[in-house]
Amino acid sequence: MPDAPGQPPAISLHALVREFRGRGTPMRALDGVSLDVAPGEVFGIVGRSGAGKSTLLRCVNLLERPDSGTVTVLGQEMTRLDEAALRQARRGIGMVFQHFNLLSARTVAGNIAFPLEIAGVPRAEREARVAELLPLVGLEARRDYYPAQLSGGQKQRVGIARALASRPRILLCDEATSALDPETTEEILSLIRSIRDRLDLTVLLITHEMAVVKAICDRVAVMEAGMVIEQGRVFDVFTRPAHPTTRRFVSEVIGHVVPPGTVARLPDPNPGEERRLLQVLFAGPSSTRAVVSEASRRFGLDLNIVSGRIDAIGSEPYGLMALAAYGPPNAIEEASAWMRSLGLDVSDIGEDPA
Amino acid sequence: MIPWLPPALTDLLIEAAWQTLLMTFGGAVIAIIAGLPLALLLHTTGPGGLLPNGWINRPIGLLVNAIRSTPFIILMVAIVPFTRLVAGTSIGTTAALVPLALAATAFIVRLFENALREVDRGVIEAARAMGATRTQIMARVLVPEALPGLIAAITVTLVGLVGYSAMAGAIGGGGLGDLGIRFGYQRFMPEVMATVVAILILFVQGLQSLGDWLVRRFSRR
Ligand SMILES: Nc1ncnc2c1ncn2[C@@H]1O[C@H](COP(=O)(O)OP(=O)(O)OP(=O)(O)O)[C@@H](O)[C@H]1O
Ligand SMILES: [Mg+2]
Repeated sequence: MPDAPGQPPAISLHALVREFRGRGTPMRALDGVSLDVAPGEVFGIVGRSGAGKSTLLRCVNLLERPDSGTVTVLGQEMTRLDEAALRQARRGIGMVFQHFNLLSARTVAGNIAFPLEIAGVPRAEREARVAELLPLVGLEARRDYYPAQLSGGQKQRVGIARALASRPRILLCDEATSALDPETTEEILSLIRSIRDRLDLTVLLITHEMAVVKAICDRVAVMEAGMVIEQGRVFDVFTRPAHPTTRRFVSEVIGHVVPPGTVARLPDPNPGEERRLLQVLFAGPSSTRAVVSEASRRFGLDLNIVSGRIDAIGSEPYGLMALAAYGPPNAIEEASAWMRSLGLDVSDIGEDPA
Repeated sequence: MIPWLPPALTDLLIEAAWQTLLMTFGGAVIAIIAGLPLALLLHTTGPGGLLPNGWINRPIGLLVNAIRSTPFIILMVAIVPFTRLVAGTSIGTTAALVPLALAATAFIVRLFENALREVDRGVIEAARAMGATRTQIMARVLVPEALPGLIAAITVTLVGLVGYSAMAGAIGGGGLGDLGIRFGYQRFMPEVMATVVAILILFVQGLQSLGDWLVRRFSRR
């Protein structure tokens, strides 16, 4: 579904700059951010605290007005709209918050109906819509509860139902699962995914957890100091992170390929030979065992599998393996080149991988 | 009716109680009607509000503070020309209502403003994200979410008004406090003073309990 070629992006951010002038020097929360989100995709933005994620997300519905740059949502240039038109446009963009932001004085049903009330939808229609949404988020039995009587996960379900009430085509999630425990996080993420699949919805979410990205995003952008330092398909970013920050993020989920302390336990190379640590990444169905043994035979190398794992991102399986290669330097080079020619991603990770 | 008081005094007591009720509730009603819009205005135009505007916020804030810091007995006398303009007279219960309402408004505005400030900013942000207008945010988010706090503010104001109304005797406002001073103190009838004080204690207790009950009733946190 994501990345249908030729379709205009659902959300297009161009050269966004947002500066906050505090007491001291002005600080750039956004420093020239551009990105496109394709219709129907779940796009994640990760970054450390203070990277500018929330500011970026709030620019999409102009809760935060960028100092310069343009925001285009569903073909409409948000940055040009007057107040009334902007309010209208916001009704087509649902938003889910880390701390739920529910009205404490209203019941579950009252909260879900709230955006419809704001939009002037007649009572009967509001009630019908609430009756549709309650089962979607599994809260039929909690219809008349107040937020204070709900668990965090239930509150977030209300938040999601409320965000969907006016049938938006865009859903913005600001750390929607950061206040929840891992199990509830899982629940909410699969709810968001199933909603995306069932409704014609584009999701832009921000998080500081790579696990969230891995679980539901199609593409991801990594932010640091108000800039996007890397973006691409989640699979690509996870399997071939380019930027050191991204690598650190990825390792939170994927883990170190070479467990610490491994190198010290490896035998020393024979005289005239060399020992190198290679990381081999294979995506798809290539059989690595055969590759390893064949490379060993062909190039006269000793190849030890130091560590390895097979996992999937979305529905794409991948394997990540660390090899300790022993042999003449040029033979190791040749073997690497040969494996690359087979479509494997081989990199020399040195002896002291961070 | 009250066995330890002469019948004539009982009549006076009933009249005075009625005057106290009128001054307390009359003052409070005016204070609520005038105070809520003012508090919303102050909150909206304040720093970080929905529409920050120092040119509106600061003068109103200053005026409110000025009224609040003027001792009530001085305020009563100082605004006599204004009272005459509004009430047509400067003495009596109706005339006393003018300074009472003014002082109570200035008092309740700050309390209301605090209650509004307690409303979670995130909820306001959520309403903005839904495309709510400022009026909608005030009427459907700020006021309902702040309701328990607003009720508590009204209770405190009512109790304060009971005390202030005792001073209204100075401009012929009457009321229980005035009766207590005139008979209990000046004519040395401690039984009148005791009765007046007892009635006032019961009255204030009743107000406080009612207010607390309403706060609990509307509190959903
Ligand atoms: N209203 C504001 N006034 C001043 N500075 C702000 C404001 N909002 C954000 N900032 C600053 O902009 C920077 C980016 O903030 P932002 O909230 O976008 O970060 P974030 O990536 O969402 O962080 P977190 O993960 O902690 O939520 C921070 O340094 C923050 O202090
Ligand atoms: Mg944030």
